Amino acid sequence: MRSLWLERLVRYFFFLCALSAVVITIGIVVSLLGETLRFFARVSIIDFLFGLTWAPQTLPTGETSGFGAIPLFTGTALITLIAMAVALPCGTMVAIYLSEYASQTMRQIFKPVLETLAGIPTLVYGFFAVTTLGPLLRDTAEFFHLSLVSESALNAGLIMGIMILPYMSSLCEDALHSLPVALREGSMGLGATSSETILKVLLPAAFPNLMAAFLLSLSRAIGETMIVVMAAGLAANLTFNPFEAVTTVTVQIVSLLTGDQEFDNAKTLAAFGLGFVLFVLTFVLNLLALYGVKRYKRIYG
Amino acid sequence: MPLKIDVKDLNLFYGDKQALFNVSLGFPEFQTTALMGPSGCGKSSLLRCLNRLNDIIPNVHIQGKVLLDKEDIYAPSLDVVELRTHVGMVFQKPNPFPHSIYENVAYGPRIHTLFKDKTELDEIVEKNLARAGLWDEVKDRLHQPATRLSGGQQQRLCIARAIAVNPEVILMDEPCSALDPIATARVEELIDELRERFTIVIVTHNLQQAARVSQQTAFFHSGHLVEAGETGALFTMPQDERTQGYITGRYG
Repeated sequence: MRSLWLERLVRYFFFLCALSAVVITIGIVVSLLGETLRFFARVSIIDFLFGLTWAPQTLPTGETSGFGAIPLFTGTALITLIAMAVALPCGTMVAIYLSEYASQTMRQIFKPVLETLAGIPTLVYGFFAVTTLGPLLRDTAEFFHLSLVSESALNAGLIMGIMILPYMSSLCEDALHSLPVALREGSMGLGATSSETILKVLLPAAFPNLMAAFLLSLSRAIGETMIVVMAAGLAANLTFNPFEAVTTVTVQIVSLLTGDQEFDNAKTLAAFGLGFVLFVLTFVLNLLALYGVKRYKRIYG
Repeated sequence: MPLKIDVKDLNLFYGDKQALFNVSLGFPEFQTTALMGPSGCGKSSLLRCLNRLNDIIPNVHIQGKVLLDKEDIYAPSLDVVELRTHVGMVFQKPNPFPHSIYENVAYGPRIHTLFKDKTELDEIVEKNLARAGLWDEVKDRLHQPATRLSGGQQQRLCIARAIAVNPEVILMDEPCSALDPIATARVEELIDELRERFTIVIVTHNLQQAARVSQQTAFFHSGHLVEAGETGALFTMPQDERTQGYITGRYG
């Protein structure tokens, strides 16, 4: 008998490794939930989720009004919407080009470039938004006699869209590339052109995976912090005008927790409330994405 | 019997690697020709030359001629998309599109606008499903996803989809290799019926299948056409010892 106990030991060791990852994740969620509950003990959950005024910074300590998070949700939604309006069409089209039209050489040039772009720290995108895109947008707006503040939702949204683009296009490209060749040939064999094949067979077939790519990108956009900290403002305006400054959930979390803080007042605890909302939202989006991919696998295995 | 397709001195290269060597073979109209031989012998490559599906693969080039009704399908002026409406194809693994049963059959007629109105399209779908022997099985669930059909049904659906664009030739690349014996028998019957209207070229590994469905058989080995002739004669009196070795089961 050759050291069976060692085999067993190794097996338990790896099990513990896997378990620790799960336990730590659950621990984080539980601690987040704990702080969130402490926050909701001070501020009503209804006021928090549906209140229209966000002004915790100006509150005297002990005050519990001014925690209406709706302006933050709309701000996040607005910036995310602009980002997805850039990333969704561009990402899909880049993916279609790379997967269906690009020659081997072109793929070899484009793919590494996109992957490099995906690796750039978001801070750098933030700089670009502040120093280049912001002034450019402002000048363009002035030319058309429009008023656009330099920390506009448009600025932050566009940059975020560009940041997500490589991620989105790489996911979409995988979705298209993993389709069976037989599908492509079946359509071409019936005398369909490349564009008919893409539009009528490949995109519908890849739809669940494209949807998953979209949802994953969406949750990245919602959770993105650095770009909006730099490019978007702090003012919690309740507006859907992309030319105005808005703030996001992530920006407010950062500003609530910056500096020496004690975790015993509603102001700092509010960050956990916001963090929890963010967590639930991205968690649900990722679950939906996973479900989409599973459904796809059931059809095409 | 006039030749529907005439292949003359065909050489096919994938990059530097030559896959077919000086193949010359005629395909008589309204007959089924079986292409046979061990894996990698070039039979599928030849099949894919007949509707230029090899064009999709990068670095493929060919020398020689493939004549369809005496017209060279590799002539520069030829429209490949148009060619593929004349030469349809059924693949090894059933590959229905992720649409409904109805939309799978309607796909070809739709992209080539072969109908005037919805009623006519309905007729085309029904007629071709019936020809493929599938109508009775699916007429109550035309709008369900095609992927829910069984493998054999999916393959017959793919045949219905191929013949819905009114091709003259149907190429079949081992159409039964993913099917069970009962589904295989149904598809083979169907191939025999389709011969009345279409010229059929079928690639198969299965000797009995070649014997059952084809009138002419061509035997390939390492990219060379070893011999071709009337199926009965080729099976009973092969001229080449490689053919004999293959059909008697010594290798392959």
